[in-house]
Amino acid sequence: MSDTVIKNHAENLQEEHVHRDDFGAKMGMWLFLFTEILLFGGLFLLYMAYRLEYSHEFHIAARELNVGIGTFNTIILLTSSLTMALSIAAMQRSRKGLSLFLLASTKILAIGFLVNKYFEWSAKFEHGLYPRSDVLLDKPRGEYLFYGMYYAMTGLHAIHVIAGMTILIFMFVFIWRNIITPTNYVKLENAGLYWHLVDLIWIFLFPLFYLIR
Amino acid sequence: MYNENTEHTGHTEKEHSVGYGTYVLIWLVLVGLTVTTVSISGINLGNISLAVALLIATVKSAFVINIFMHIKFEDKIFRVFIAIALMTLLSVFVLTAFDVFFR
Repeated sequence: MSDTVIKNHAENLQEEHVHRDDFGAKMGMWLFLFTEILLFGGLFLLYMAYRLEYSHEFHIAARELNVGIGTFNTIILLTSSLTMALSIAAMQRSRKGLSLFLLASTKILAIGFLVNKYFEWSAKFEHGLYPRSDVLLDKPRGEYLFYGMYYAMTGLHAIHVIAGMTILIFMFVFIWRNIITPTNYVKLENAGLYWHLVDLIWIFLFPLFYLIR
Repeated sequence: MYNENTEHTGHTEKEHSVGYGTYVLIWLVLVGLTVTTVSISGINLGNISLAVALLIATVKSAFVINIFMHIKFEDKIFRVFIAIALMTLLSVFVLTAFDVFFR
């Protein structure tokens, strides 16, 4: 008799409500995002200290950066944030196909961002502007530090773009296999939060490196 | 602009979903602010140019956090947490700036 009770209980669990804590999942994600903000915050702090000390050199060094590519990449990243948000909105409205399409668009835009970054960095390398290059070592200390910060911060950001893309690939598979559904999509929301954070960091990197004139 | 249906069908505010139109509108605002900040950087504003650039970046962040990251529609505790985190970061920046200035 007790076997049947257990069996019934198990069936009820399956049919009714699987224990879930979306609120806790989101809170956990935000706590993780705070650690990311702290990670980049440390670099921004160093940037501020160097910029206060070498204001003039920073201005001269920043002239080498391509404002056009920087602006284009900013718009690409903002658009990818839009498609990410729309992908969640589509999932909420039970439009699986649209959600997948928008998620794929986000990834394509992210690849576009990285391709631009590749061309941008290659051009810098051709001009001998890379860490410990002879060209840079001959420049004043402030300019050398500017490029040090530039490569460290945009490089760490690019790693985050790659990490974000990896997460989005998982989300694509989860939607495809109906693990993420219109009634259970907190994974997609949390992936979106990570993606928007990557965008947020770029919003500050862009004016601090490209728009000093 | 917001989809109000969810509230009338007995769902909690947590499930309040934002319409496609709102997201597109916010995106347009963000692109507009990007163009603005690039244009302004071409004008020589002297010492305040950094402040203007950071102000625009802050406004853009506020839109991303509130709408894209949905914080405007989440439980209030998220806002409290974010405020504490950002205030902590800001105080570290201010204290460090003082240290660099008066060294």
